[in-house]
Amino acid sequence: MSIRVFVPADSSALSVGADLVANAIGDEARGRGLEVELVRTGSRGLFWLEPLVEVETAAGRVGYGPIASGETAQLFEAGFLTGGAHPKALGRVDDIPYLAKQQRLIFARCGLTDPLSLDEYRRHGGLRGLERALALGPKATVEEVLASGLRGRGGAGFPTGIKWRTTAGVAADQKYVVCNADEGDSGTFADRMLMEGDPFLLIEGMAIAGVSVGATRGYVYIRSEYPHAFATFQGAIERARAGGLLGPSVLGSGLAFDLEARLGAGAYICGEETSLLDSLEGKRGQIRVKPPLPAISGLFGKPTVINNVLSFASTPWILEHSAKAYAAYGVGRSLGSQPFQLAGNIRQGGLIELAFGATLRELIEGFGGGTRTGRPIRAVQVGGPLGAYLPESLLDTPLDYESMAAAGGMLGHGGVVVFDDTVDMARQARFAFAFCAKESCGKCTPCRIGSTRGVETVDKIIAGRDRPKNVQLLRDLCEVMTDGSLCALGGLAPMPVLSALNHFSEDFAKAPPRAAAE
Amino acid sequence: MSGRTAFDLDLAQALIDRKRDTPGATLPILHDLQERFGYIDDRVIPLVAEALNISRAETLGVISFYHDFHRSPVDGRALKLCRAESCQSMGCEDLVSHLELRHRIKVDEDNHSGLHVETVYCLGNCALSPAALLDGAPIGRLDRDRIDAIVAAAQGKTQ
Repeated sequence: MSIRVFVPADSSALSVGADLVANAIGDEARGRGLEVELVRTGSRGLFWLEPLVEVETAAGRVGYGPIASGETAQLFEAGFLTGGAHPKALGRVDDIPYLAKQQRLIFARCGLTDPLSLDEYRRHGGLRGLERALALGPKATVEEVLASGLRGRGGAGFPTGIKWRTTAGVAADQKYVVCNADEGDSGTFADRMLMEGDPFLLIEGMAIAGVSVGATRGYVYIRSEYPHAFATFQGAIERARAGGLLGPSVLGSGLAFDLEARLGAGAYICGEETSLLDSLEGKRGQIRVKPPLPAISGLFGKPTVINNVLSFASTPWILEHSAKAYAAYGVGRSLGSQPFQLAGNIRQGGLIELAFGATLRELIEGFGGGTRTGRPIRAVQVGGPLGAYLPESLLDTPLDYESMAAAGGMLGHGGVVVFDDTVDMARQARFAFAFCAKESCGKCTPCRIGSTRGVETVDKIIAGRDRPKNVQLLRDLCEVMTDGSLCALGGLAPMPVLSALNHFSEDFAKAPPRAAAE
Repeated sequence: MSGRTAFDLDLAQALIDRKRDTPGATLPILHDLQERFGYIDDRVIPLVAEALNISRAETLGVISFYHDFHRSPVDGRALKLCRAESCQSMGCEDLVSHLELRHRIKVDEDNHSGLHVETVYCLGNCALSPAALLDGAPIGRLDRDRIDAIVAAAQGKTQ
């Protein structure tokens, strides 16, 4: 019998040479006349260990990493096919503390299997949620999602069940289910990892939504910066269709649901749900004024459920194990699990799925092991480019929607970006405005003009011109943008700026750089 | 990345016709055109407008809205360099100045160096920052040495 060896084909793993390692293992095995079945999987999300090679042994799956392609001969010499000792040996992968300490509901299967094998998906517990939803019927399914307390994982945290119930309650000749996979926030990669590592889970979640609200068509809007996720997901759709998971009769239920993946074109604003809908319709990705809510009048003017990848991907677990079991995870009004993403200047960056309520410090120090440069942590940005920069003194803030808001920040899509003490927070504040200026859809004035005026004002402060007056002007501008913008881009761009100003005011009071002084 | 077929009106029309009846066809058609020709030639604007029953102004409005679409050919290899916060925390701006000072390659400018470097914001490889895509292939933990090697390979290829 051949021995199964697993090498991820996740694009992060590819970025550090996973293809070279997989090829080298194949060549080496052939050269030695050994029968090895090479399985390309998603990633476990322990990215500092990539490329992470796993072998199925009598003791379970054992890992070696990070492996360079030049090290594969050594691995064979060390007898890695039977779990032999090697300086890069990690033991049983499930026992690695980083993984063992997690509470993986959504990402339980990611990295274990060939992401495009529907059989493997079933064998590892897939489709049970959809089967239960079909048995329960539409109304009870929507109530189950509502009772679980699941809130939108894209960042806004709106209850998913309410969106579903609204769309289910509208009579229409056509309804849609749209997945927002325009994961544009820096520091986030959970959607990408899921689409590359366990795409059938997203398809299953969307099918649950489709059959329970009466939608027969779905779209997944994937950003163009994710070419690998797009290709994998398209492959998964074809296989799901061939396997009867999508099509005129979902799992033989007689209910139709089909999906199409669409590629974005490099516009951060299309992560805002109404911009995304306009973009899907073939227009400029400009935001829409709400109401009407997309749940009532969304894509092509039809009732549309639009949710983030992780929201849909949470629903199969909820249906399989019950709303009550899901709500047992988490704290307060933040129920269930959140895949946090640890990124930036961090020794052990990766995906950490935990029940809500763990603190930033547990994440950064407990899992991440401090900065990669070895220097002290100075600032942590949580929730993407529109999230707050928090100082070291706030690292004990629990990661849930309410606690983060109380600390003047937001959880967003769960991205955590760590900066060491070399960071210049006035430059970061300037970037927040510059990014908003570049990515503004242009529909409302506070965002379109305010962001540019913001860059200019921060420049004046950095250059040391009328500092007290310009700092006051900057605060006024932030107030106008927060209160007067149509959507979260202009409305939240002040958050990183004000947090930088409030927590790191010394960076706005430094001696001006010579070149900038006039 | 993008293909290098010379621009051809008939071929463009055929690509447009293939998807003109798809709901919300604008972006899929523009992606197909750019993938085939490497950019979106202005001569397709009236064709797309006609096929989708929208005005030429609306068509141009869509093309110019999205950062991905180029209206003129880009030569050489394409390096999409992430300059968002996570990559900033690991020194991507140092790579930008290295490209300019050492190799005289300015990001987001056509410089005929054999390597076109374009700013992108986030490639979802933030645990291995700085990140880039070279002709669609992901690169993590990018550093100056790797940049030097990429430039050398790109210039060797075009000379």
